[in-house]
Amino acid sequence: MQDTVNREQDAADRATGYRMEARQVSKIFGTHKALDGVDFGLLPGEVHALLGENGAGKSTLIKILTGAYQPDGGAIFVDGEEVHLTSPLQAQTYGIGTVYQEVNLLPNRSVAENLFLGHQPTRFGLVDRRRMDREARVLLKRYGLDIDPSSELGAHSVAVQQIVAIARAVQLSGKVLILDEPTASLDRDEVQRLFEVIASLKRDGLAIVFITHFLDQVFALADRVTILRNGRLVDTRRLTELSRTDLVRKMLGKDIAFSGSTSLEAERPPTELLLDFKGYGRKRSVRPFSLAIHKGEVIGVAGLLGSGRTEMARMMFGIDPADEGSVTLSGKPITVKSATEAIGHGFGFCPEDRKADGILGDLSVRENIVIALQGKLGWFRALNRDEQLDLAGQFGEAMDIRAASLDMPVKLLSGGNQQKVILARWLATDPAFLILDEPTRGIDVGAHAEIVRTINRLRDDGMALVVISSEIDEVVAYSSRVVVMRDREMVAELRGEDINPAVIVQAIATHGENSEIQAEVTA
Amino acid sequence: MMRIPLARLVNTQTIALVGVLLLNWILFPGFFKIEWQDGRLFGSLIDVFNRGAPVAILAIGMTAVIATKGVDLSVGAVMAMAGAVAATLVVGGYPGWVAVAGALAVGLLCGLWNGALIATLVLMVAGRGIAQLITEGSIVTFSDPTLVFIGTGSFLGLPMPVVIALALMILVTLAVRKTAIGLFIEAVGVNRSAATLAGIRSRLLLIAVYAVSGLCAAIAGIIVAGDIRGADANNAGLWLELDAIAAAVIGGTSLLGGRFSIVMSVVGALIIQAMNTGILVSGYPPEFNLVVKAGMITLILMIQSPFAGRLLTWFGRNRRKGA
Repeated sequence: MQDTVNREQDAADRATGYRMEARQVSKIFGTHKALDGVDFGLLPGEVHALLGENGAGKSTLIKILTGAYQPDGGAIFVDGEEVHLTSPLQAQTYGIGTVYQEVNLLPNRSVAENLFLGHQPTRFGLVDRRRMDREARVLLKRYGLDIDPSSELGAHSVAVQQIVAIARAVQLSGKVLILDEPTASLDRDEVQRLFEVIASLKRDGLAIVFITHFLDQVFALADRVTILRNGRLVDTRRLTELSRTDLVRKMLGKDIAFSGSTSLEAERPPTELLLDFKGYGRKRSVRPFSLAIHKGEVIGVAGLLGSGRTEMARMMFGIDPADEGSVTLSGKPITVKSATEAIGHGFGFCPEDRKADGILGDLSVRENIVIALQGKLGWFRALNRDEQLDLAGQFGEAMDIRAASLDMPVKLLSGGNQQKVILARWLATDPAFLILDEPTRGIDVGAHAEIVRTINRLRDDGMALVVISSEIDEVVAYSSRVVVMRDREMVAELRGEDINPAVIVQAIATHGENSEIQAEVTA
Repeated sequence: MMRIPLARLVNTQTIALVGVLLLNWILFPGFFKIEWQDGRLFGSLIDVFNRGAPVAILAIGMTAVIATKGVDLSVGAVMAMAGAVAATLVVGGYPGWVAVAGALAVGLLCGLWNGALIATLVLMVAGRGIAQLITEGSIVTFSDPTLVFIGTGSFLGLPMPVVIALALMILVTLAVRKTAIGLFIEAVGVNRSAATLAGIRSRLLLIAVYAVSGLCAAIAGIIVAGDIRGADANNAGLWLELDAIAAAVIGGTSLLGGRFSIVMSVVGALIIQAMNTGILVSGYPPEFNLVVKAGMITLILMIQSPFAGRLLTWFGRNRRKGA
């Protein structure tokens, strides 16, 4: 999949000398290759965006670059010298600093103390508070902050704290600055302010790695971009050579020609209407949308990470209930204010993060399968052990779950089998409407195919499904309709001929009117 | 209908209990001697059960709370409050059953408060203060026959505290195992988010579990007050929350939530009491008690740890190789 087109450019970059470089780094967790022979070069005075969907290997690569993980293969170079990074603290001595989304400072201490913690200027062995404040003031001015260094850090906005964190990291390290989703909790003006700081650091020759979900910010700020997918390097490019559509295509792993393969699932005559969402939305989460879902229909949801796709699923299932709009079930108005209520209406939901929100790790496969049905039956109509074994056996077999015993802890199963257990859990409740959030992520090829087969079978049996996936081929293959999410808004509803990878990628990539930031900040 | 295979009763906890009891017997040869006097049983063994009953009752509620990945630090203070309320009511001229109902209501209320806020430390500190306010700082003594019977009476030859603890153990075990509540408690303890997404009303469940723990604490408080015929707000139930937690942990419930067994927690409480008695009858200073208790808990935790499991399989494999 690796592009070979820009070898020349690569050679040119190498000649200028990487500030930091990872060559062929790999990282294996158990049997899972989180990173597979990835090359990453960082030039002085550049902002280098690191992009990829969940599970692409971004955070693993960052952790290797900061010494939090040690690679299982490959090598790291700083200024051309090979280094062995054993901890973030040791990486700091090589000039590598990191700022995370959540500010990792002490909110109850002063700004100056936070800037110099561990390196305070001293006089006669005591902290020289006056000198510290003086130096802090000079330092803060350079970052455009006119605040009192002796004020408590927690009293300032997140953006100011973020900039203080950057100032501290640059002060201590000074060569490489890694920004891990620094803008996630900032509003528009604050992002602008942060970008000005980053642009000025870039002019000073710092090498900056920038991780974000927002494509607009990538185009506004970054010089080059590296795209990872499933632990492999897809491409490293100058942003001037890349269109938004190209970028999205690479992130989603589509080297598709733009002729586009049309959906295999041709549109069927409309069946009975099951759910009708009207102006359904939640403040600060998902903008209101309208969507009608019929029986025997799969609605594919496409969109990048952070586009609002998961938020939409959680809202439909009542976990984060809607605060505007309405929904009807078979014509009758209903409310969905909790998961319990949703299940009562015949909904089911396979969450994106299997481990955190899906499986009950220490409980048995049997208990994991019956739990949702038992939840529906309530506290006092308990399924006895034999009934549980029957149900678990029946739905375990239907989903082809490979477990040595139905009484073994579910955490010992493979990811694919765990996913099947969660599907079996919902099928046992005989749902009318099933929401699947990334049902095929991180599972082996065999299980992947089976889950896609199951989706098709359920649709043919008359169930209504909403399936969120970053695998566009998959979405195209089983969807009756496709909705596209971008910037927490449903921006397109595609049907018929339009259900093809080219149109979907185009819809995801289009520059939105209400995007987070305009592209004018570039230094 | 409940078929409990005998093999399931042979485990770390029951072996430890038998071990400690045998140790008591070695230290004090008359330990297992039981006499029938005035229509009830007497003897050191009966004494262990009788003295262990309050902690066993606390452990019943505590086990459910710990299984949800929580901990109820307030049970000792709730004991003091319940005792104070019961004593004040009978001294004020109310009949014994009103005093019992009042004390139980206080326990229930405390449990609901804990379940709603999950801030049991607040009641642990404030509860004892409230108990002192109720008793106005003095030990309120009484001779109400109902309360005294609960603390010192007997039924079918067994001391009342033992009867109450046994009844509660059976009642709560049936309540969690014959319904889906036990499964839901374990599910919430293992992964609250996943359990909620699977449709379990976890908030309601937590409130119910803490309410049961509050009720258990109130019952233990009435027993302790009835036993000494008085409510001592300063000392009733002092530090017993720690014994209850230890009993649950010895009983195999992980502080990280999940699997639990009410019966094994009661066995845990008996192990703790048997050790207390053993140290007392052997003439060691009672200060020794805490060290031995700590050693016992450490030992049992080590036996239950995955490391010990690996060690055992390793030994097993080598033995087979050697043979």
